[in-house]
Amino acid sequence: MIAYILRSLAQAVMVMLAVALLAFSMFRFVGDPVANMVGQEASVKEREELAERLGLNKPFPIQFANYVTDMARGEFGMSYRQGRPVADLLRERAPATIELAFLSSLFALVFGIALGVYAAINRRGILANLAMSISLIGVSLPTFLIGIGMIYLFAVELRWLPSFGRGDVVRLGWWSTGLLTESGRKSLIMPVLTLGLFQMTLIMRLVRAEMLEALRTDYVKFARARGIPERAISFRHALRNTMIPVVTIAGLQFGAVIAFAIVTETVFQWPGLGALFIQAVQYVDIPVMAAYLMFVAFVFVVVNLAVDLIYFAVDPRLRGTTVAAK
Amino acid sequence: MTSPVLSVRNLKVEFPTRRGVLTAINDISFDIGPGEVLGVVGESGAGKSITGTAVIGLIEPPGRIASGEVLLKGERIDNLPAEAMRKIRGKRIGMVFQDPLTSLNPLYRVGEQLIETITTHTNLSSADARKKALSLLIEVGIPAPETRIDNYPHQFSGGMRQRVVLALALAAEPELVIADEPTTALDVSVQAQIITLLKRLCSQHGAAVMLITHDMGVIAETADRVAVMYAGRIAEIGPVRDVIKAPLHPYTKGLMGSIPSITGESDRLVQIPGSMPRLTAIPTGCAFHPRCPRAFVPCNTFRPELQGEQRSQVACWLYHPYPVNAEAAV
Amino acid sequence: MRAPTPTRATFSERLWKAWDSDVAYSFRHSPVAILATLVALILLLSAVLAPWIAPQNAFDAASLNLMEGFTKPGEASPITGKVFWLGTDSQGRDVFSAILYGSRISLLVGFASVIFSVAIGVSLGLLAGYTGGRTDALIMRVADIQLSFPAILIALLVFGVARGLIAPQYHEQAAVAVLIVAIGLSNWASYARTVRGSTLVEKNKDYVMSARVMGRSPLAIMGRHVLPNVTGPVLVIATINLALAIIAESTLSFLGVGVPPTQASLGTLIRIGQQFLFSGEWWILFYPALDLVLLALSINLLGDWLRDALNPKLR
Repeated sequence: MIAYILRSLAQAVMVMLAVALLAFSMFRFVGDPVANMVGQEASVKEREELAERLGLNKPFPIQFANYVTDMARGEFGMSYRQGRPVADLLRERAPATIELAFLSSLFALVFGIALGVYAAINRRGILANLAMSISLIGVSLPTFLIGIGMIYLFAVELRWLPSFGRGDVVRLGWWSTGLLTESGRKSLIMPVLTLGLFQMTLIMRLVRAEMLEALRTDYVKFARARGIPERAISFRHALRNTMIPVVTIAGLQFGAVIAFAIVTETVFQWPGLGALFIQAVQYVDIPVMAAYLMFVAFVFVVVNLAVDLIYFAVDPRLRGTTVAAK
Repeated sequence: MTSPVLSVRNLKVEFPTRRGVLTAINDISFDIGPGEVLGVVGESGAGKSITGTAVIGLIEPPGRIASGEVLLKGERIDNLPAEAMRKIRGKRIGMVFQDPLTSLNPLYRVGEQLIETITTHTNLSSADARKKALSLLIEVGIPAPETRIDNYPHQFSGGMRQRVVLALALAAEPELVIADEPTTALDVSVQAQIITLLKRLCSQHGAAVMLITHDMGVIAETADRVAVMYAGRIAEIGPVRDVIKAPLHPYTKGLMGSIPSITGESDRLVQIPGSMPRLTAIPTGCAFHPRCPRAFVPCNTFRPELQGEQRSQVACWLYHPYPVNAEAAV
Repeated sequence: MRAPTPTRATFSERLWKAWDSDVAYSFRHSPVAILATLVALILLLSAVLAPWIAPQNAFDAASLNLMEGFTKPGEASPITGKVFWLGTDSQGRDVFSAILYGSRISLLVGFASVIFSVAIGVSLGLLAGYTGGRTDALIMRVADIQLSFPAILIALLVFGVARGLIAPQYHEQAAVAVLIVAIGLSNWASYARTVRGSTLVEKNKDYVMSARVMGRSPLAIMGRHVLPNVTGPVLVIATINLALAIIAESTLSFLGVGVPPTQASLGTLIRIGQQFLFSGEWWILFYPALDLVLLALSINLLGDWLRDALNPKLR
């Protein structure tokens, strides 16, 4: 078991390093870091001094090592566009995105699993087919259109919910949350739904497919041949086996959600990391882009580790027990 | 025979496909007496497995029992509502499938699956059910059952798993056990053990057995009577010794001739030319006639029925008076 | 009795066989598939024929009349009296023409990026499967990474990097090409995986080894045998990816990092239209959005149906 955990950790570190390499390459080779940090009037001497200070004249591996150690200390450089430390920007905006991502994943999981199970059990029911058809539309509707549609309906026409921003936020240390105020909660509803709808659709279709697959297996056939009631078969046998692939994929999705938040944050003018990233792309603000990349990779890696652990806890076959002789 | 445990009468199973209706089993009838082992033998696609599945009521829609009856101890079970049929499964009819690895749910311990079956069909408390599970494991020959009962399926070897499967099938003391290729997925060395175990358990519990297999050796060892199936119909049925030593139907003769034997003349192995027809293209008359070395006048027009004395029956015009068709040209 | 000599089926026989095949059968009996194909074809044709059927060249700024701006759908402009079926936007651009030209760009980027993905994916898959060893492991690792990162992030990164590398004056002209490459690079792994799988299966077959013995290039032979096997799954993946690519392009354009307004795609049009949504000129956003959704939906439905039709397990 220890071997399993160590292996997962080792892989995690490898991925982070690989992404760091990519981020660093971007940093170093795209555009000119020096030119971006000084004005146009800077003299050649000033530029050289800056280059020396930034360590740009050292060999590549040393620069990379410095880069990695800097990041480990929380140093992400300075934003080209805003002139502020990137680490500050990250800290300010991360809570907005994390809160949004977390809540929408929760929403997607709960409803996705429930609807998926329902659709699998009542295969030929009208409601199930309706849900599947709607899910297909969900996959075809770009997230930003859903967002716009919601804003038009709920903010402009019905005036129930605010059309942009986070509302009033409460600060807890360096974190800020919108869950503790009414306007904060109202502001959360549409973005969470918008971001979560696509995931929910995916999860629902996955759960349904996996459950149908499970219901076709030999052990289900054998359970039926033993007279086990259909209800127990659906929930005790099929569902439990479905959960493994679902948890894996849902877990991987969470990392993706952070990235999908880019669109939602743009539509709702949500002050999070995604909106920050888009601005960075538009202005070729490499340090911010690189830092965002590392952040997403970090979330991915952590979630992957968590999924591995859950896998381990749920599937007895992974616990490496020996097969008895004969 | 004394009143049979299982009685199948003119059973017909169909599968509607978009290219027409497929008849997987066409009008078969047989009985199984109490404590008797009936072997059902035939090539792949002959309809043996579907017969077993039909008896226990697990034909998946759109497949269905089109006509005929299945009677368990004299009561019809093929037309029961779903819930009533579910109660019969496991309790009165048990079934064992081919692959023990996939028959067990890998996420649950063996004991949990046993207890689940026991509590579904009896009113035992969990503690009593666990005791019963332990005794079942001892019966099927699992060593150290107190520890093994809490193991997962992947911790058992193939032969051990099939023993667990047998324990599960017999847990509620059924009157009939259907074994669908129970040894095919096992090592040869283990096959004999499992078959002997099956036979012993069933005679101890007083259960009749329908043993479905394509392996004549297993039948010879274990069965009392054997039914030979071909293209969804029964070609011949009778006591094992008779059918093996003196087969009547040309198909059975071909099957026996294709089994190598240590004793006996060392002629070439007989091979039946051609192959079994697909269910979408079953020949008219006797389904075997295109491959039959002794086909004659009536064989391509009229379908022979199973006829004969009570224990031995054969469906072949060689043994019964055949109808004459005045228009048939030779 | 001699076996009959095999003859090559005539053309009409093969046509009948195709018509009667399982896939065609399933198509003829699925109203959804027929409807989806119809809608997709209409949209595709209208996009291709845009220069001929559009009342106005939406990309030509000179042909626009500012005075015709903000005309409602179906109404006549109060100044010039011309009727615009779907209304006009703030610049006097006919919305109908705009979406015809816009869907042209969207479809161009969509198809091109899919072709790009397929080319990369299939080649890498063949290479990985055939070569094995380290190359295989490396390619599959990269594929895993591509699959676990969201496509939009990859596309944005490629776009951002390209932007940094290309001088600003070429940004607008290069936008379409960069988009194609960006979206193409974000979606190739599924093809690679599928093709690699088939290659591995074929590689171990006897005819490959005998071809090697005879000195023939096994790669060419595998190309002849592997590729036909993967056409089905690749086609399914490609169809679904086409819808994804179109949505990806529209998302990127909506975010402002895609096609510029001078060659507006549907996404760009929606971005422009959003400004006017709240002030009442809903049609500037609505029709491009509708076109986009219909396009994505019909292609998705087709892809779904295709996957079910080609899946042997579900029959």
